[in-house]
Amino acid sequence: MTEKSTTLQDFTEAPPRVSEWQRFRRVLFQRKLVIFGLVILSLLIISAIFAPLLAPGDPYNGNLADSLAQPSWHYLLGTDIQGRDTLSRLIYGARTALIVGFVTTIFAAGLGMLLGLFAGYFGGIIDTIVMRAMDALMGFPMLLLALLISAVLGSGLQNVIIALSVATLPGYARVMHGLTLSVRENDYILAGKAMGSSSRRIMFNHIVPNTLPPMIVLSTLQLGSIILAEAGLSFLGIGIRPPGAAWGSMVYDGYRFLISNPVLSFAPGLAIMLVVFAFNMVGDGIRDALDPRLRGIL
Amino acid sequence: MTTYIIRRLIQGVVILILMSLIVFFAMRLLPGDPLVIFMGQQASSGAMSEEAMAGFRHEYGLDKPIMVQYFTWIGGVFEGHLGKSIYYHQDVGALLRQRFPITLHLGLEAFILSNVIGVLLGVLAGIRRGTWIDAVSTTIANVGVTVPVFWLGILLIYVLGLKFHWLPIYGYTSPFTNFWMSFKQSIMPVFCLAITGMAYTARQTRSAMLEVIRQDYIRTAWSKGLRERTVIMKHALKNSLIPVITLLGIGLGMVFGGAVLVETVFAIPGVGRLLVTSVFSQDYVAVQSSTLVIAAIIIFCNLIVDISYGWFDPRIRYA
Repeated sequence: MTEKSTTLQDFTEAPPRVSEWQRFRRVLFQRKLVIFGLVILSLLIISAIFAPLLAPGDPYNGNLADSLAQPSWHYLLGTDIQGRDTLSRLIYGARTALIVGFVTTIFAAGLGMLLGLFAGYFGGIIDTIVMRAMDALMGFPMLLLALLISAVLGSGLQNVIIALSVATLPGYARVMHGLTLSVRENDYILAGKAMGSSSRRIMFNHIVPNTLPPMIVLSTLQLGSIILAEAGLSFLGIGIRPPGAAWGSMVYDGYRFLISNPVLSFAPGLAIMLVVFAFNMVGDGIRDALDPRLRGIL
Repeated sequence: MTTYIIRRLIQGVVILILMSLIVFFAMRLLPGDPLVIFMGQQASSGAMSEEAMAGFRHEYGLDKPIMVQYFTWIGGVFEGHLGKSIYYHQDVGALLRQRFPITLHLGLEAFILSNVIGVLLGVLAGIRRGTWIDAVSTTIANVGVTVPVFWLGILLIYVLGLKFHWLPIYGYTSPFTNFWMSFKQSIMPVFCLAITGMAYTARQTRSAMLEVIRQDYIRTAWSKGLRERTVIMKHALKNSLIPVITLLGIGLGMVFGGAVLVETVFAIPGVGRLLVTSVFSQDYVAVQSSTLVIAAIIIFCNLIVDISYGWFDPRIRYA
């Protein structure tokens, strides 16, 4: 009798079933830092999209008469040596950072996933060639690799994206390779093969969807590193060069006037740091929200 | 174990050959001519005659077919000759010998600092979870991962160098020439080089520590009445360091990657600066050879890291 009532009580007190999406949202919005990150990223996206409306001045053509102006009501963050408004360049720089971050991630993740998938699924000689090549690339620090590739390609937005894509590609390929190897061993893959499904169908309909959550987490966490690396390249003068608005090159330009106009260097650096921090926080949040091992704990 | 080391060494050589091919041919794809760039930087540019250019081209072996150039270079590398830099007019081996000790000096200090402080912060945050120590350590780790090192360098130069005049703002002095000056000059660059590695190590140590202190053998250690220091240092720390060791190899890469930026900010004549200058001047030989040397060092250190796993975790045995 007691046993029965306990069971009944357990049944009635069982938590209501929540959908995966509801749980994802709840865990994601639980931490204040994740919300802070999301706010920063929203501001970044708004600045990037509405840059022409938000920027108070021309980011590319300055007024030489106002060269190196101190912060004032007219120029909130002052002007650089060419008389260009720093705040406007900062707002347009958000565009550069976002474009480089997202396009690089899409290229690197897409190609890396394909390479890892093929290497892991087919194995043998393809696996050896692809993964050894990835090892060769991975043995090198990301910034140095991007520096060498940029040296070959030259500066400019497009070339920075290619350089950073190649530099971050091995990470994606390696993770995807590992995931493919583990997903491939599942019974449903065997069942698919027994039913006569083609390799393409098994790879893209069964393996890829099951590897997406960790790949999404990796991509979000990589976004911050990519933006940091782009800033590094632009700082060295190899990435995006003035008059193009990139935060890294703005830090370098401002560095020369550190004594008279420290804000020229400080403001873009702070922007880089905030954005990278925001991507890391959101990445951590998504990781926790998608982690099946934390189900029931968070 | 010996078989494993030999296999890894062979793999390392294959990777190095692959890298040498990639770097060599990639550099040749560059538009522009290194000799023209070099001449352009000389005062008597422009007026260089065709014969003189051909002479230079011959001197640096640039008139030979590309495959011959590759094999001449790589053959030289095996004999210990890294080639002659077009820009510096010096042997690359000699250039690296001058600059490597500088990068190594700062890099090694940064490496030690980042690991000692990183592990310390991680352990404290792990065993005092939820306290102010944890909050401070996590904040430092978050800032360290996100701050652009070149910007941090500029910030430090502004505050410690220009405002308070406590530290010299650029340059490098060997500790054997003037120890005190060398120490003062190295504080800011070493901190900048160490911060990212420190942050990653602290994060990794903290999560590993949290994992380990929940294990049964730690409860046993506590129930035997051992002191906290013994439980943490002898039982928990060694086991929580295993995942941290993986970061040592990556940390080394970070030191070289960071050196490129930090040496630019602080005007330090190290390998990082050499690489940037060589890239700008399209100095084929210098870029190829320094890249190869850096890659060899990283591969060798990663091998040592992998071997050291066995010592830290006797469950790992290499076949």
